[in-house]
Amino acid sequence: MSLIVAEDIIKEYHVGEVTIEALRGLSFEIEPSSFVSFVGPSGSGKTTLLNLIGCLDKPSGGRLFVAGMDVSGLGKTDAAVFRGTHIGFIFQSFNLIPILTAYENVEYPLIVVQNIPSTRRRKQVEELLAAVGMSDQQNKRPDQMSGGQKQRVAIARALVTHPDLVLADEPTANLDHDTAMSILRLMKKIRDELETTFVFSTHDNRIIGEAEVIFRIEDGVLKTNGKNGGHGNG
Amino acid sequence: MANLIKIAGRNLFRYKRRTLLTLSLIVIGVLFVTGFMAITGSFKGMMIGQITDSFVGHMQIHRKGYLAAIDSLPLTMNLKPGAVRKVEAVLKKMPEIEAWSPRIKFGGMFSNFTETTNIRLNGVDPELEAKTVPLLLSRVLEGDKALKKGEIFVPELLAKGMKVKVGDMVVVIATNRDGSVNGKQLKVGAILESATGPGGRDGYVHMADAVEILRMDQPEISEIAVRLKDFGALHQVFAVLAGKLSGELNKQGRPIFDVQTWEKLSPFYNIARMIDMMTLFVKIMLVAIVLISIMNVMIMAVYERVREIGTIAAIGTLPRKILAMFLLEGLLMGTIGAIIGSILSGVTIYALHAARLSFDFGRQTGLILSPTIDPMALMTISGIVIGVSILASLQPALKAARMDPIQALGHV
Repeated sequence: MSLIVAEDIIKEYHVGEVTIEALRGLSFEIEPSSFVSFVGPSGSGKTTLLNLIGCLDKPSGGRLFVAGMDVSGLGKTDAAVFRGTHIGFIFQSFNLIPILTAYENVEYPLIVVQNIPSTRRRKQVEELLAAVGMSDQQNKRPDQMSGGQKQRVAIARALVTHPDLVLADEPTANLDHDTAMSILRLMKKIRDELETTFVFSTHDNRIIGEAEVIFRIEDGVLKTNGKNGGHGNG
Repeated sequence: MANLIKIAGRNLFRYKRRTLLTLSLIVIGVLFVTGFMAITGSFKGMMIGQITDSFVGHMQIHRKGYLAAIDSLPLTMNLKPGAVRKVEAVLKKMPEIEAWSPRIKFGGMFSNFTETTNIRLNGVDPELEAKTVPLLLSRVLEGDKALKKGEIFVPELLAKGMKVKVGDMVVVIATNRDGSVNGKQLKVGAILESATGPGGRDGYVHMADAVEILRMDQPEISEIAVRLKDFGALHQVFAVLAGKLSGELNKQGRPIFDVQTWEKLSPFYNIARMIDMMTLFVKIMLVAIVLISIMNVMIMAVYERVREIGTIAAIGTLPRKILAMFLLEGLLMGTIGAIIGSILSGVTIYALHAARLSFDFGRQTGLILSPTIDPMALMTISGIVIGVSILASLQPALKAARMDPIQALGHV
């Protein structure tokens, strides 16, 4: 069973009397444990699509299923609950909380989102920090870390709630090439270990090769898909 | 919860200078309000004590209508012995009453044989008067504190003006109830310090001398001053006493007696009320200080952390939890401010109390300031500060909770 099923997804924005079609009838499926990239130039609709998959926004038309649930019409609170349970996020600018240490940043979703008891929290956080190679840096605050280290912590934070899916919008855009490659390899390694599905967007051709499934978007339309078995029909 | 408090604390001290500035505003506000309450409370308590304990008493009972005509001290409106006995029977049955003192108040002429002036006099039973207004004797500046038959206690200003001293002989002449005039030679037994308020410059004679000067067959009483065991129960006792005496009616079916508390008898009550009003305004100022300063901090906190709010919303934090997190920050700031403010207030008030600062009021000099604050009042002030802190955080917290994650994440 596919983890993500998009059926003729449309997303329109209204600016005054002008209607902008950001996504125009996208259909695709993404299998569990896959390592998927949405590729396209700026403004092509990658971020909009990721926002829809991440239940941060609702499609204007079509249906979208994530982890077996139709998320097309979820309300604000239900969407938040769904995100907290099924989805992890990695951001381009890392978005770590500056007053918290690496350990506390990873622990944060377990406290605020999932209310996990402290003993279980410690185990989960330590495992994830070890997995991203940040155990020895766990007491550092974001302003004491490099970009690559911050993104490692962000990956750990995204995974600590054991989500089905991790969405990463341009996760390497603020990193140099070597660091970007190491981050992608880390994501892939974790995917192999935890079987979590990773979906990321990028317009950086140098790292596209790391993806196993590639969806190319242009002007809100899915142009080509999959080098290793994607099932797009856009 | 402990983790959320820890996070709220760290968020507050993310901008140390701003938070410390706001905290100090709250602390100064609490300090100012409690200090003001303690000092004015001390002043008010002292002045009320002076007024009630040195001449007015806690309550007074008159014949109905007497108070309206009190300026002329009408002997025709005095209480007859039968009416006085009725009042005394009621007072005797009330355990809340500590003492009472019947008085014959009258106006007369005071002569030192060379000069003559007006005087207002109280004919009293010295023993009952001392029990009812215990500070009266502390007003004796010169002479023997025991008022004997044939003696007069002369108010200080009149004694100075008429150049009379303790031991001098004077004559008091008064118009009697029937319109005739009578006089009596009296010895100056003591000089009395003036007190603030009506009756504070009256002279005193023995009840028997008053009866003799006014040619009464039996004492006809102008007023009965009453002292309570617990001044705090003034209004409850007043209600009970007024209720009991209201049943006594004259032949026309109208009430005979009129019971009043000191509040209706002394103009200082208006000053006391003004002090209460000022305290209320100072409290409102504190509320405004806390409201504006915390609201400012919280609005800035939300504005500066828009992306962060977007991030925590994106990872699945429920809107109500985001609301709670920001409310907690405001609550924490208010609580810390209230605690520090209360501690500093306690220390400051204790220091002021220990310093025994003196002040003058009217002709009274060297009054010792004894500021105290009721722990309940301190808790109320703290409660107000904490409540207002939550209120001030509500709007910014709601704004954070309602923020759209996508827009927040895109905020630069």
